[in-house]
Amino acid sequence: MKRLYQTVPTGCDWAVEAQGLVKTFGDHRAVDGVHLKVRTGTIYAVLGPNGAGKTTTIRMLTTLLRPDDGSARIFGYDVVKESHIVRQLIGVTGQYASVDESLSAIENLVIFSRLLGMGRKEARQRAEELLEEFSLTEAANRPLKNFSGGMRRRLDLAASLIAQPPLIFLDEPTTGLDPRTRNQMWETIRKLVNHGSTVLLTTQYLQEADELADRIAVIDRGKVVAEGTADELKASVGNSSLQLKIQHSYDMERARQIVEQVLKVRSNTSTETGRITAPMTEADRVTDLLIALREAGIHLAELSVQKPTLDEVFLTITGHGVKKDTAVDSSSAVEEVRV
Amino acid sequence: MKNISNLTVGRELKNRASVGQAVHHSLVMAYRSLLKMRRTPEQFFDVMLQPILFTLMFTYIFGGAISGNVHNYLPIIIPGILVQTVIGTSVISGVQLREDMDKGVFDRFKSLPIARIAALAGALLADTVRYTIATTLTFLMGYLMGYRPDGGLGHVVIAALFVIGCSWAISWIFAFFGVVGRTASSVQGISMLILFPLTFLSNAFVPVETMPDWLQWLAKINPVSHMITAVRDLTNAGTMGQDFALSLIGAAVIVAIFAPLTVRVYMRRA
Repeated sequence: MKRLYQTVPTGCDWAVEAQGLVKTFGDHRAVDGVHLKVRTGTIYAVLGPNGAGKTTTIRMLTTLLRPDDGSARIFGYDVVKESHIVRQLIGVTGQYASVDESLSAIENLVIFSRLLGMGRKEARQRAEELLEEFSLTEAANRPLKNFSGGMRRRLDLAASLIAQPPLIFLDEPTTGLDPRTRNQMWETIRKLVNHGSTVLLTTQYLQEADELADRIAVIDRGKVVAEGTADELKASVGNSSLQLKIQHSYDMERARQIVEQVLKVRSNTSTETGRITAPMTEADRVTDLLIALREAGIHLAELSVQKPTLDEVFLTITGHGVKKDTAVDSSSAVEEVRV
Repeated sequence: MKNISNLTVGRELKNRASVGQAVHHSLVMAYRSLLKMRRTPEQFFDVMLQPILFTLMFTYIFGGAISGNVHNYLPIIIPGILVQTVIGTSVISGVQLREDMDKGVFDRFKSLPIARIAALAGALLADTVRYTIATTLTFLMGYLMGYRPDGGLGHVVIAALFVIGCSWAISWIFAFFGVVGRTASSVQGISMLILFPLTFLSNAFVPVETMPDWLQWLAKINPVSHMITAVRDLTNAGTMGQDFALSLIGAAVIVAIFAPLTVRVYMRRA
């Protein structure tokens, strides 16, 4: 049996090219015309909330699900027509650990290695290498039932790397991990790319996409609503957001008007909590705002500045809560991808 | 990290797994199933108890009525019970396949460049261990109750292999229900609904001649009857006749139809 070592087909700039992918479940269009282009050798993040269609997109790109419409190519190979070749070029780590619960860590890796065409001895050696790399050697012979969430993820990732695939899909690799394990996972992902792999990951956290990804696609209700580098995306939301808590709820509407006039942005009001949230592009303007509020006799209970959250990115990008011209950046980025 | 993502220079990429690879992949998958069986030996309880219980029960209940005494009934009932029990065991294959497919690990198998049939064929292949246990125990129970097959040990072994082989073929039907069904319990329900008429509307327990005409007709064309007759010929007379050949042809036809069908449905379902 031949060894299964693949390499990036030479001269292929794009690891992933997806055009208008559609997947419908009953009446629900889970993925509704997704376009994605991932350059070889980069980390690409697909960012979106639960149910946005991230996992369904990944499942189509990894040949696990047949698209209802559109097409996708992995290093130039069609995911439907040339699925067997595509499978030789990818490693997949799903959202739920795709390893065998009733077997030990080493047994899992040996079986996957054997399936990839390695001999008995070679498979064992590869499994041991990977276990050591992912600090699982001590737990090698324990049944997975006793593994922590982080250990499972690590084993799962190890299993995806057996054949050294040039493209690795990670579906929410850090969801549910504690901060320390999450940082380790980030380190691993960076190392993978340093050694020439391409990584496409999904995440719910802007911070994660920001830390890792060269480019980010924001996906909502099955559509890519923005695409660009982390900086481009954040620029469209404002680098941070300003949160004001108003003392008297009857001042809310007036306060909101003042905020929008002074900061020249749309704000987001929550009457129950008495909070106004607004993107803050220039910190200096806050001084003007505070003065304006005092002149209007509006009393503040609290004031804070926060990094933009995914919610705000969404509010901004999906068009609820921001003027069209501030979103130009992101929409033009989408255009670029759709060419 | 070097040896993890260090992309070594390539090889030709083919869009199909070769037959040799498919066989290898299936064997590895069978090995995986065997490992899992070793981890959970409690799953063998029913396979071990059923032959013991059924053989005792049916022999003593029907023996006197049908053959005058228990001893004379043994050459009729043991092959009948054997075929019924082993085919019944093959239902578990479908149910387990359904349970297995619901787990995340099947996503990995699907994303690996392996022959599509391997995950199914491997699991079914490993299940022959179950059939072997059921077969051995049924013959052993028969022996303890005084059954001495006239065909001799050699033919008993051939009969055992014959039953295991045919049941493996039949397990493809239940595997099909396994991939089609939504839940393990629905798979179990549908399979049982098929299994009962199939094994009871046969010559397993009573001579067909005692049935009403229309039922005789059914029992005579029932493939299970042919299997049982073939086993009786082997164990009691040491001969291989038309029934033996028919059963093997039937088994081959089942695999030819249900294996591709099952793989296709398996591929289509997420």
